[in-house]
Amino acid sequence: MLVGLVVYVSGHLLGIGYLFFAGYTILQFIVLASAWNILGGYCGYVNFGSAAFFALGAYSTVFFYKFNPLPIPILIILGAVVSGIVGFGMGYLTLRLRGAFFAIATLAMAVVLQTLVVNWSYVGGSRGAYIVRADTVDIGGYTIEYIEYLFLLMMAVAILSIVISRTIARTQLGFGFATIRDDELAAEASGVPTLRLKLIATTISGALMGMAGAPFPYYIGYLQPASAFGLEYGVNSIAMPIIGGTTSWVGPVIGAILLGSLQQIATVTISSAVNLLIVGLLLVAFVVIAPNGLVGLIQDRLRARRDGK
Amino acid sequence: MSPLLHVSNISKRFGGFVALDGIELEVQPGERLGLIGPNGSGKSTLVNCICGALQNEQGSVHFDGQAVDGLAAHQRTHRGLARSFQLPRPFVSLNLADNLRVPMLYTVHKRSGPLHGDSIDARCVELLRLVGLDHKARHMPRDLTQVEMRKLELARAVAAEPKLLIADESMAGLSHSEIEDILTLLKQLNERGITIILIEHIMSAVMSFSQRLVVLVSGKKIADGKPEDVVKNPEVVRAYLGQ
Repeated sequence: MLVGLVVYVSGHLLGIGYLFFAGYTILQFIVLASAWNILGGYCGYVNFGSAAFFALGAYSTVFFYKFNPLPIPILIILGAVVSGIVGFGMGYLTLRLRGAFFAIATLAMAVVLQTLVVNWSYVGGSRGAYIVRADTVDIGGYTIEYIEYLFLLMMAVAILSIVISRTIARTQLGFGFATIRDDELAAEASGVPTLRLKLIATTISGALMGMAGAPFPYYIGYLQPASAFGLEYGVNSIAMPIIGGTTSWVGPVIGAILLGSLQQIATVTISSAVNLLIVGLLLVAFVVIAPNGLVGLIQDRLRARRDGK
Repeated sequence: MSPLLHVSNISKRFGGFVALDGIELEVQPGERLGLIGPNGSGKSTLVNCICGALQNEQGSVHFDGQAVDGLAAHQRTHRGLARSFQLPRPFVSLNLADNLRVPMLYTVHKRSGPLHGDSIDARCVELLRLVGLDHKARHMPRDLTQVEMRKLELARAVAAEPKLLIADESMAGLSHSEIEDILTLLKQLNERGITIILIEHIMSAVMSFSQRLVVLVSGKKIADGKPEDVVKNPEVVRAYLGQ
């Protein structure tokens, strides 16, 4: 939050609009990574369909924009509801799948949803949809640039996602999720209602991803299936928690800030085309060197120092 | 006295293989029952059907006077049916105290109402002390020896405050003194009022522990009675030693 405020104040005072564009993207990845981690990190269910939930949020905004334009905060809530319902449905249909089978099912769901959107002309179909936004927005008497407004909204969503992720990790729900990740049979034998918890995880995770996607049409101005269902959302939302560390709430945040910043720097200094290459190389490096991510690496070092090794 | 557990005519198939064939079993409250049989006789399948990890195709399971058929495994645990696993299955990302915290949060909490953090902590320490692992409360399961792992497995099952505990081969691979440790622990738990079904291959342990012995062979119950009588049963001798 502090970093976000520093970025906001710096961008505002120095008049560097790009800071808001870059900051918005990083905050968006914090939401996606934290949301992915609730299902993938806490419960151990790898979701390859993050882009679909993100796109659902984005396309629900397009739908309501054409139907009856609403304020973005309400669109974010609607995006969460739509993606949460689809997340619940996905969880219900794939309850008995584990490991690679669950991952493939989420990938298949993303493909099915993209095909539906491509063929749904009301939301633009394959040709895409334009969203016309104002240049400025008035908040309580203060007029700010629209991108600043979007940045502040995404910062609020990011804070919400971190609070939810952190709260889960420290409560009974977090213990239940950890047992599902470790051993589902033993979890059931200990009284953990694993099916219900998995539904809760898919719903919360899906809803948060939808919240990340809802303001996206206003950010990008022109939404098409290829951008909403982009590979970078699916890959980044997996890579960021893995690089940061999946067993705590802070890992995805660190991973998102690190990878998101690197990608923004690469975009302005080299080309956005190398973004996925950076993600791929770092992912391979971390899987080999630090399979528990940065947080795990630090914890191992601290434990070794404590044990005097 | 009405039985705590009543297994009635249970059958289970895996494809063409008949794992359980019309098993009848009654366990009285407070009893120490030994369940033995050669490998593949259906002991673990029976446990899985009783605990809800597998659904039986025929017959029914009544626990504490109520049918539990169709209930999920966690719901049976909530009713007071707990088990330990043949191969220890600790929650590897949680420390020992947190391993015990899980059944307290999800089973005892649900059955007896909200538990305070302090009372959960105290109960964790008490249980870990009972199994001799209180000094490792903050350790991870990977730091444990084989016998400690099996003790943790039993402690986690007991943390659910069960009426019936099914200990599935809790002593496999242990030394003589370690077996004595586990036997002492199981007897202590029984003295606390927990009914216990012990599944075991180590006959000396089964004989010293059990008040009654049931023998399964090829999915069928071939003997049920006092341990000293059962081991003399010609059918049991044939099943273990051959013709």
